[in-house]
Amino acid sequence: MNVRLYVWQRATAALMLPLVLVHVTVIFYATRRGMTAADILARTRGSIVWAALYGTFVIAAAIHAAIGVRNVLTEWSPLGERAASLFTVAFGAALLLLGLRAVAAVVL
Amino acid sequence: MSDARSELTVSLWRGAQQGRYERYNVPLRENQTVLDVVTFVQRHLDPTLSYRFACRVGVCGSCAMTVNGRPRWTCRTHVSTVAKAGHLEIGPLENLPVIKDLATDMRAFFEKWQQAKGAFVPSKTRHDAIDAIRPDSPARIAADAAIECINCGICYAACDTVRWNPDYLGPAALNRAWTLVNDARDAGNAARLAAVAAAGGCHACHSHQSCQEYCPQALNPTASIAGLKRRTAAAYLRGEIKA
Repeated sequence: MNVRLYVWQRATAALMLPLVLVHVTVIFYATRRGMTAADILARTRGSIVWAALYGTFVIAAAIHAAIGVRNVLTEWSPLGERAASLFTVAFGAALLLLGLRAVAAVVL
Repeated sequence: MSDARSELTVSLWRGAQQGRYERYNVPLRENQTVLDVVTFVQRHLDPTLSYRFACRVGVCGSCAMTVNGRPRWTCRTHVSTVAKAGHLEIGPLENLPVIKDLATDMRAFFEKWQQAKGAFVPSKTRHDAIDAIRPDSPARIAADAAIECINCGICYAACDTVRWNPDYLGPAALNRAWTLVNDARDAGNAARLAAVAAAGGCHACHSHQSCQEYCPQALNPTASIAGLKRRTAAAYLRGEIKA
């Protein structure tokens, strides 16, 4: 890992820390209240706040996880730096796509 | 270890990278160090045994070996503190190629000091006045905590990251770079920070802290490396170094 990847990984971790707390709180709130999927969707559809919150979370998680997986691959697999980078760019893009699709499904 | 015992059994690594442990019986003495044991074997049992030492008092950093599985400075390690049931197993340091028996090839270790820009770069000539450095300045305190390294290679042998990443500069070289980063008289920090911020530099450290655990000088290279991580990240964000 070089300093550029280090800064991105630490910055996305710092960004995700409050988002994880919000996410866990939301899970507890929704399950304690016994909310149905319809109840939740009624609150999230058309909400810019939920879209921004989970959209940011997904982007940060995709970058953070991709850098982490790249580290594991360069340290533990026979892949070189370049091959590991290519693989993890694809992995991060897949996470981003899946995550943003899920966000779109609850806010649009 | 029982007081009644009069002999130690010692297994010493013989050969190069490929080799085997051979057993010797060595008389047990009071206040005997592990280096005394190795020296006894060479002087009295097998003069072909190769090993390295110089000062015998914990200053030169030449005599580090693997003793019962752990890297140690053998001249300052008493047999009574490490022998298990009257037995010692002594091998060469890990993570370095073995030349012969207990002597390793330390070139990679010292070349990485150079790669980490571990040499002082003067900012003045002999005609300039000497910088006054206050002992209580934060930079001097940070350098002080890391400055007593004796280059023994124990941290390098103990480091998991060195083991799996041959390009990693290692705890000692990065610890040295940290002392110079905090030296107000040094003029080489732009190149130094760039060198330790590249792949294989300080950001490869996983903070397992084996270097701190085994350093015979009780230094904490992990803390020095953490300092480099902060300093290089700040330099990168200010655009002073590229990645």
